[in-house]
Amino acid sequence: MVRKCACRGCPNHQKQPRRRKSCGGDEKRVDSRTIYVGHRPCPDTEAFIPSKFCDNRIVSSKYTVWNFLPKNLFEQFRRIANFYFLIIFLVQVIVDTPTSPVTSGLPLFFVITVTAIKQGYEDWLRHKADYEVNKYPVTVLEDGRSVKKESEKIKVGDVVEVVEDETFPCDLILLQSSREDGTCFVTTASLDGESNHKTHYTVPDTEKDLQSLYATIECEQPQPDLYKFVGRMHIYKPEQEPAVRSLGPENLLLKGATLKNTKKINGVAVYTGMETKMALNYQGKSQKRSAVEKSINAFLLVYLCILISKAVVCTTLKYIWQSKDGQDEPWYNQKTQKEKDTNMYLKMFTDFLSFMVLFNFIIPVSMYVTVEMQKFLGSFFITWDKDFFDPEIQEGALVNTSDLNEELGQVEYVFTDKTGTLTQNNMEFIECCIDGFQYKHRDELDGFTVTDGPVSKLQQRAGQEKEELFLRALCLCHTVQVKEDGAEETPRDQVDGIDGMFPQPEEERGFIASSPDEIALVKGAMRYGFTFLGLESKCMKIKNRQNDVEEYKLLHVLNFDPVRRRMSVIVQTRSGETLLFCKGADSSIFPRVKPEEVERIRLHVERNATEGYRTLCVAYKQLSAEEYAMADTGLREARLALQDREEKLMAMYNQVETGMSLIGATAVEDRLQEEAAETMEALQGAGMKIWVLTGDKMETAKSTCYACRLFQRGTELLELTVRTLDDERLKREEKLIELLRDYHRRAVQDAPPVKAGVTRSWSKANQEYGFIIDGATLSLLMNPPRDADATLYRSLFLQICQNCTAVLCCRMAPLQKAQIVKMVKNSKGSPITLSIGDGANDVSMILEAHVGIGIKGKEGRQAVRNSDYAIPKLKHLKKLLLAHGHLYYVRIAHLVQYFFYKNLCFILPQFLYQFFCGYSQQPLYDAAYLTMYNICFTSMPILAYSLLEQHISIEILLVNASLYREIAKNAMLRWRPFLYWTVLGLFQGLLFFFGVRFLFSNPALQDNGQVFGNWSYGTIVFTVLVFTVTLKLALDTRHWTWINHFVIWGSLAFYVFFSFFWGGIIWPFLKQQRLYFVFANMLSSVSAWLVIIILILLSLLPEILLVVLRKPRGPHSRQKKPGQSNVVGSQSSQSSARPLLMRTFSDESNSVK
Amino acid sequence: MASSYSAKEEDGHHSGSAGLGGAAIRTRKPDNTAFKQQRLPAWQPILTAGTVLPAFFVIGLIFIPIGIGLYVTSNNIKEIEIDYTGTDMSSPCFNCSQSFSWNSTTPCKCILSFSLDQPFESNVFMYYGLSNFYQNHRRYVKSRDDSQLNGDERSLKEPSKECEPYRVNVKPIAPCGAIANSMFNDTLDLFYLDPNGTKTQIPLIKKGIAWWTDKHVKFRNPPGSNLTAVFIDTAKPVNWHKPVYELDTDPDNNGFINEDFIVWMRTAALPTFRKLYRIIQKKNNQTPTLPRGNYTLEVTYNYPVRSFEGRKRMILSTISWMGGKNPFLGIAYITVGSICFFLGVVLLFIHHKYGNRNNSSDIPS
Repeated sequence: MVRKCACRGCPNHQKQPRRRKSCGGDEKRVDSRTIYVGHRPCPDTEAFIPSKFCDNRIVSSKYTVWNFLPKNLFEQFRRIANFYFLIIFLVQVIVDTPTSPVTSGLPLFFVITVTAIKQGYEDWLRHKADYEVNKYPVTVLEDGRSVKKESEKIKVGDVVEVVEDETFPCDLILLQSSREDGTCFVTTASLDGESNHKTHYTVPDTEKDLQSLYATIECEQPQPDLYKFVGRMHIYKPEQEPAVRSLGPENLLLKGATLKNTKKINGVAVYTGMETKMALNYQGKSQKRSAVEKSINAFLLVYLCILISKAVVCTTLKYIWQSKDGQDEPWYNQKTQKEKDTNMYLKMFTDFLSFMVLFNFIIPVSMYVTVEMQKFLGSFFITWDKDFFDPEIQEGALVNTSDLNEELGQVEYVFTDKTGTLTQNNMEFIECCIDGFQYKHRDELDGFTVTDGPVSKLQQRAGQEKEELFLRALCLCHTVQVKEDGAEETPRDQVDGIDGMFPQPEEERGFIASSPDEIALVKGAMRYGFTFLGLESKCMKIKNRQNDVEEYKLLHVLNFDPVRRRMSVIVQTRSGETLLFCKGADSSIFPRVKPEEVERIRLHVERNATEGYRTLCVAYKQLSAEEYAMADTGLREARLALQDREEKLMAMYNQVETGMSLIGATAVEDRLQEEAAETMEALQGAGMKIWVLTGDKMETAKSTCYACRLFQRGTELLELTVRTLDDERLKREEKLIELLRDYHRRAVQDAPPVKAGVTRSWSKANQEYGFIIDGATLSLLMNPPRDADATLYRSLFLQICQNCTAVLCCRMAPLQKAQIVKMVKNSKGSPITLSIGDGANDVSMILEAHVGIGIKGKEGRQAVRNSDYAIPKLKHLKKLLLAHGHLYYVRIAHLVQYFFYKNLCFILPQFLYQFFCGYSQQPLYDAAYLTMYNICFTSMPILAYSLLEQHISIEILLVNASLYREIAKNAMLRWRPFLYWTVLGLFQGLLFFFGVRFLFSNPALQDNGQVFGNWSYGTIVFTVLVFTVTLKLALDTRHWTWINHFVIWGSLAFYVFFSFFWGGIIWPFLKQQRLYFVFANMLSSVSAWLVIIILILLSLLPEILLVVLRKPRGPHSRQKKPGQSNVVGSQSSQSSARPLLMRTFSDESNSVK
Repeated sequence: MASSYSAKEEDGHHSGSAGLGGAAIRTRKPDNTAFKQQRLPAWQPILTAGTVLPAFFVIGLIFIPIGIGLYVTSNNIKEIEIDYTGTDMSSPCFNCSQSFSWNSTTPCKCILSFSLDQPFESNVFMYYGLSNFYQNHRRYVKSRDDSQLNGDERSLKEPSKECEPYRVNVKPIAPCGAIANSMFNDTLDLFYLDPNGTKTQIPLIKKGIAWWTDKHVKFRNPPGSNLTAVFIDTAKPVNWHKPVYELDTDPDNNGFINEDFIVWMRTAALPTFRKLYRIIQKKNNQTPTLPRGNYTLEVTYNYPVRSFEGRKRMILSTISWMGGKNPFLGIAYITVGSICFFLGVVLLFIHHKYGNRNNSSDIPS
């Protein structure tokens, strides 16, 4: 969607809609803008120039009343198909063509009008929404008074007041909050769908009285990233150095977000109107095109060739025929003077164009409309499906694009994230290890643990001091907030629901955090007696075992990011000690602590990881005053930097987080999603190859794979990781190629060629392979030292992977995930890929894959927003692909083939008729029939079919996953089925024409001796045609709902009714009354009836025969197979209650019986 | 046809009560209706050898008799065709065809004799047939003005542009256009030669040869009691000898509603065609309409076809309920019927031999 910037005076914006839009005047086209708070000039700055910014008008509409028609038409005719039909229409208007311009003009007009109405309506809705937003009253503080204004009048620099539950009218820097601690809570549900409360902070140390605040804000030009903001505020006080405060996203309130739990805030507008982050984020995503569409285009090309060759053949034959004496212009059929004068070559050309026009119906306008409608309407069935409804989040599936429905039935590779997708991201603290001693806390229910008992026992293991330090670290090193009492119950609070297991309900507290790991850890600490009470004005309170409240001053938070894979806090105890606590992945902590401490803990960490737990290591360091001062200034400077803030911060973090000492490790269980194993098994059974792409470490990921039955006990694992590459003798690259060759030999060359890998056979005939690669090795593989090797490496790698049942890629950065998807996508045969993920780190791969699926998980809504389809749970993927995808594919494939077929047998008789009418472009059918054929007579049944057909019922599709393979690789739209349909069309077209031709060897067909003319001929052919193509569809329909009955029989009835009606009246607006009573007379002839019946029967006969001779497929024949998978299904559902590790091995032995 | 009827609505009934209970909290839960859940009750027909078999036999059994009936009917139709183009030297019409000129005022006549081996019992229909005459040529088909023919006075004065180049000849032409201009104007007369030598003309009826709706609705004379006065401001078509109001003496068959004219105006589908010319009504039950014997056909040869290598024929034919003589339908029905029957047999064989085995082999798995 191209959006228009509302600001005047900057016309160049429309040309670069995706670039930064700076409205700050041309001379200020720099990377930052300066805002004067409250429009008050500041003392030492240069002269106060009120710079021009956008006003706060939101213009999301595309059109105005005046430009709607030209602009909309222009946009519509930019589509190739519409343009083609426009050209045909113009040819008809200009050149003397056989059919009147109406025949192609009317459908085109219809299509254009419907689209225009739809777009106009949508635009009107946008206008209305814009108006509502723009006229919304807001309170602006001007010279100490509150002034009510319309929202659109807000200017950059205005101080705006917002009260609770109001949405922010523009992007504001929070200056003042009614809460004492200078915070406010917002929800950004309408922006990114995250309904949890987020805390935003006022700019530190601003004046209480905004009236006397003289400040400027310097910030970057607007950019669409919702989670990035860099700015700086200069506060001028009389007789003082101007103070500088850094501004980050935590100070910025976004337009569209809602103020919660806070009575009132004041903020200064920094971005307004179309420059707000919300507006910048409206840009539509890049369009994904489905494989079916590519097939359609290929078929179109074939039909275009047929069309042109038909026209060429006819034109050539016409001139050969005319060259014979007396044929061109017999005495009874003289040309007009104009025709005689026309140049011969021009005439040839216009003849060619006329033939094109005559046969142009072979490429139907209506197919595009029907395909669009089918996709649009069809996608509703996904949103409507109650099986996708998740009672926990009260939401069902979401369809962001309907263009890809059928692609769901074509998936060959599934790329899945692990955390939150395969696993629940519902963390539970399992155990910890302090100073090398193991602490376990397990529910009795499991009966599994060698429990180390109650807390009191702990003392015997590690020193009390160490233990408490560790627990304090857990309590302090996080960004968790305690949920306020009386805070709104959001569905997100379900995160906290898991602590129902804990015996002390009074201690149940609500925590809000961006990552569920942190909540689990805080709760784990709580179980051992350390309770985090909350953060109040930079002061963290902890209740320790003695029920004393300890207070720590929070000095710095070194935020978590996926690259560093750790986070730290710097706190000050009451006694003045400055401590740094750091927690993070083992790989990022171990190099930063003393090596002698590592060994004791590494063992535990690795053991935990193999059991499928998520492990984190905790380290700390005491900072001396000097060290802290250095770190403090460094961090502050980095935070204030306007350029490269991220990089500078990162460098600073790395500098601070060194030389720590390791105190322990934690293990958190991330439970498998419901039915994760069954889903994966079904997808594999459907012939899909599943790749797990995760940032997690190999051991954890591997055990998850075992638990999901992606790997089984018999699976031979081919590992290509940093560990296997470690070799004394060889360099890493050499070892890499050696391993690749070795694996390639094992998995590709030795394996039996056809069935290898693709089928998960129930017998153990084939050795199954699983492949494991990690991020470091992958980057070596993708970017080898010598460029020449790259292609070799890749092709080896791909070949190995293609022969593996499952591939696990661990330690992946988000970008690497996308890289892998891209590599597979572009590999030989360009397989259809699907990515599924729930977090921001999956966005890149979701966008990269053919189909991106977002899970409405706990890690925010970015994945959902960028996905094509969003589902609440992983288990829904099974139905989405196996049932919906399968059906959509079959439906649309049939729709496309049927459309080409029905137009081929529609136009073929018209082509053949040219041989009998002196190649004069005489149409066989009346103009009304030509026009209505695709619009009315044959469009509804196929539309109903393509929406409702279930050639195999949904239940069977779900139970019997291997049915999915029958349509793999675009099976219904390959050249063979296309050829079949084309031959069918040719056969029927020939039959229609010549059947009636032989009947007309004696045109006296009525019992009163009267004869039929050419229009009767056409009408008989047309009647046979309409009935045959409709009945052909009826034969193909396996699922007759009342709607199918209604449209199929209704269309035929309508055809009969229309023909009577059309021929029953002398229409004053028609030049020729060609069809007057032709249809009625036809019906009065027994011969016509007989020929119609036999031709319909004869044309359907081969179809019936084929259906009969083909293997019977239907509910009956399918009922026997599913038994096997049923057994497994029931087993696994019972097994999912058991602990993860046991499940892995016991079930495995069951399923490979 | 075997079919299974799956009514999957069992959980559709809960929606009502659930809706009542959950009405207080607005939930985004999708409606549990049969349509939205794609669970509409559906009839699922399956075509198998077993179900199609009887259909094949039934079709075969119905079609073969129909075909035989049609074939016999068609064969019983008596039809005689006489080519009188006159391209051969030996043909009586040779002279007429050679010496044709548009300007000649004296009509050229030729007489052909033929004999009927069998009597034509019922009503006999007399057709004229033309070959290689492209009445379905686009330029020709559109060269008419239907509103003029419908009696519209404005179109009478201002004929449609489609009629070019037969639109205006000083005065507007009525009826305009190439179709009307090239109207067939040979006169065919039929005489019966009694064995005793007398020559009796057979009465030819010229009414009832055009579609009723054409004659009574589609073709109308312009209003006015006197046709001559009505057409006073118009010119006759260039190739006509007489103006349109002199086509017949009977006012009910004159002007635009002349049936010969109407028949001609219904353009034929193929370049070889026949058009109904006259009807010979059966007189009584005792004597056949056309008894066995010798006949002569007197042709007033006005219509040139030599320039485009056309042929002209006169056809006498009786008519059955299925129309004129055409063995095609009969043969088609017999063929299709036999094919269906044959396929039925083959399918029966296949069904018996493989069908049962397939069924049994599925069970143990």
